[in-house]
Amino acid sequence: MHEEVIFAGFGGQGVLLMGQLVTYAGMMEGRNVTWMPSYGPEMRGGTANCGVAVSEKEIASPLVSEPTSVVAMNRPSLEKFQGMVRPGGLIIYNSSLVDVKPARNDVRVVAVPANQIADEIGDVRVANMVALGAYLGVTGVVSVDTVLEAMKKVLPERRHGLIPLNQKAIARGMDIAAAALKAG
Amino acid sequence: MAGKVLMKGNEAVAEAAIMAGCRCFFGYPITPQNEIPEYMSRRMPEVGGVFLQAESEVAGSNMVYGAACAGARVMTTSSSPGISLMQEAISYMAGAELPCVVVNIVRGGPGLGGIQGAQSDYFQATKGGGHGDYHLLVFGPSTVQELVDLTMEAFDLADMYRNPVMILGDAILGQMMEPVEMRKRPPRADLPPKTWAATGAAGRPKNIITSLYLDPAKLEKHNLRLAEKHRRMAAEQVRYATHMTEDADVVLVAYGTTARIARAALDRARERGLRVGLFRPISLWPFPYEALAAATAGASHVLVVEMSLGQMVEDVRLALGDTKPVHFYGRTGGMSPSPREILDEIVKIVERGA
Amino acid sequence: MQKVFGRPEALADVPTHYCPGCTHGIIHRLIAEVIDELGVRERTVGISPVGCAVLAYDYFNCDFVEASHGRAPAVATGIKRASPNSVVFTYQGDGDLASIGAGEIVHAASRGERITVIFVNNAIYGMTGGQMAPTTLPGQKTTTSPRGRDPEVAGHPIRVCELLSSLSGAAYIARVSVTSPANVAKARRAVKKAFETQLEGRGFSLVEFLSTCPTNWGMTPVEALKWVDDKMAVYYPLGEYTRVPEVG
Repeated sequence: MHEEVIFAGFGGQGVLLMGQLVTYAGMMEGRNVTWMPSYGPEMRGGTANCGVAVSEKEIASPLVSEPTSVVAMNRPSLEKFQGMVRPGGLIIYNSSLVDVKPARNDVRVVAVPANQIADEIGDVRVANMVALGAYLGVTGVVSVDTVLEAMKKVLPERRHGLIPLNQKAIARGMDIAAAALKAG
Repeated sequence: MAGKVLMKGNEAVAEAAIMAGCRCFFGYPITPQNEIPEYMSRRMPEVGGVFLQAESEVAGSNMVYGAACAGARVMTTSSSPGISLMQEAISYMAGAELPCVVVNIVRGGPGLGGIQGAQSDYFQATKGGGHGDYHLLVFGPSTVQELVDLTMEAFDLADMYRNPVMILGDAILGQMMEPVEMRKRPPRADLPPKTWAATGAAGRPKNIITSLYLDPAKLEKHNLRLAEKHRRMAAEQVRYATHMTEDADVVLVAYGTTARIARAALDRARERGLRVGLFRPISLWPFPYEALAAATAGASHVLVVEMSLGQMVEDVRLALGDTKPVHFYGRTGGMSPSPREILDEIVKIVERGA
Repeated sequence: MQKVFGRPEALADVPTHYCPGCTHGIIHRLIAEVIDELGVRERTVGISPVGCAVLAYDYFNCDFVEASHGRAPAVATGIKRASPNSVVFTYQGDGDLASIGAGEIVHAASRGERITVIFVNNAIYGMTGGQMAPTTLPGQKTTTSPRGRDPEVAGHPIRVCELLSSLSGAAYIARVSVTSPANVAKARRAVKKAFETQLEGRGFSLVEFLSTCPTNWGMTPVEALKWVDDKMAVYYPLGEYTRVPEVG
């Protein structure tokens, strides 16, 4: 197994956290992992992204230049990264905010109305967890249980109260993944 | 992976310093290494150490000079433009033979440059940087674990040689997270006691710490003694790693983060049946000249890859002379070379033949 | 026979390189006397500047560190923070402290570093051969202000005590001269207060000495002392400048 994924969105959507959770969970499951964020002025209200590698093998480059998956939380992110995905790879996009379809037909595409679902379950801020759930559901890179364990490590203690809501959001994302996989 | 924690390179380097007994940190904010002073500001008070945000890199590095004079294990960190401002104190510390550890999380230059990872401070780090005849020990780690291990060891080496040691990282290494095992490393037991430190002349003659020798004969004698020490450092501290160089037709030479990207290109080249190897200098000063010549003896081509427009390549050419073609591929500040680009270069070299 | 005059223990028994009529020697002696009187010689670390006093480490009998130009307050900060029990003083000239080291002195004072600064102001660069200093008086001729310092071009002299006394971290600031036995006695008291300020952990302390440079001023030693009284002390009034900080 060798997964290289880019999580991208605008600052505040929690894309760095999505990446950290997958990275931490990968480590807990005994894989080699790296996490590399974008940073600097572009983080202030602009786009944010991180590249994550999870692999059975030693990870050579921590820079993800040809991802197996991209999770795009907004339109600029989709437009920026969709062309980089390897043929046969995966694009997950937040269809609540992205009003175009991905321009690739050689990859699996899953639309996730992440903001809408997050809003339904009570807090639009967990849109990232909905998308993360969909990503985990389609790829199975790490188990949801491990991600929930990782959440305890990654989130500061004062925010552990949010874990049940995050769990709910991830589950809704998993449902979308299951439906997408069933549809083929 | 038991016992490993997931840490950002910048935070890992800070914790590594504390675990190695560093109890004084002076620094000034500059991207992309701000996590280091931020971490130190939280952590130092917990271990009874000193954290001070200086008014400038010039002042901060001179505070390092002062703390080193007092015999403390001391570190400062910065990024390229800030390291330029520290060259004064680094030269003085080399001249006065004071131990300290300096970490450069390199960003693109020249001038204000950019804030993304680069390797364009190689000349500055390895060929002098400040004024005068001196050398720093310079190490270029390529993983967060290696960054941690070398930082810890750097304190011992600084004390052992009474010389500043530089860790030459880059923004990618500083910003990335990777699992790392933090092993506490107490100072080596065989380090010489700091009898030279300026701690008050209680029951002993006064100690003077200076790099001033107005008498030219004395200055030359001082320099010759330093040169002898540099020779010892060069003989004892050469480090490097090789990967699949034994049967390689093309040997890639890269350090730090670039070596990892080169390794990814190597894997792809091998999948295509191309015999490619990698030579990774870990000590940049002393540069592993002889080991490089040995590791590439059977190769027809050498390809140097850097995140600069060609700095380390000069040392590679020095090592290999005209024994074989030395090719170069470089990208600058944040435009990191991709494995595919490096592979393309390898293919070009192979197709072109001798 | 009772000994009424001798070399302080904190002063080394070596000849200095200072010019005839220069008051560095007197200032060195006052510092050494105070160090002895307070019984702190074995805890003291001095920091010499770049300038005429660069070799001060040879003249004091205590641990000494040579700093780069202007950075003595930063070096002192490093020493004091690493070794809080040390008694740390810098010895700096006007070019060192008020020109190239202006940033370091302001921030050391604002942080209230528990160090003592001896600031020797002779209104000129001595060691490099008489160039204009940040404290050169308006109209004063130097090798780089041959027609006399013109504030329109070269700016105005900096009054260091007044400047630093506005900072809350500055616990004791005084300006003194050594032009007469009475002034020497006052100066000695100021140096002692400055070191006591440090020993009591009250914050930053600085004593500015109006000093002479007969060589580069082109005066006899006697004329030079008179110039300090008549010219320098007018622009740079003697006295204590410390203000009690209003709020913490």
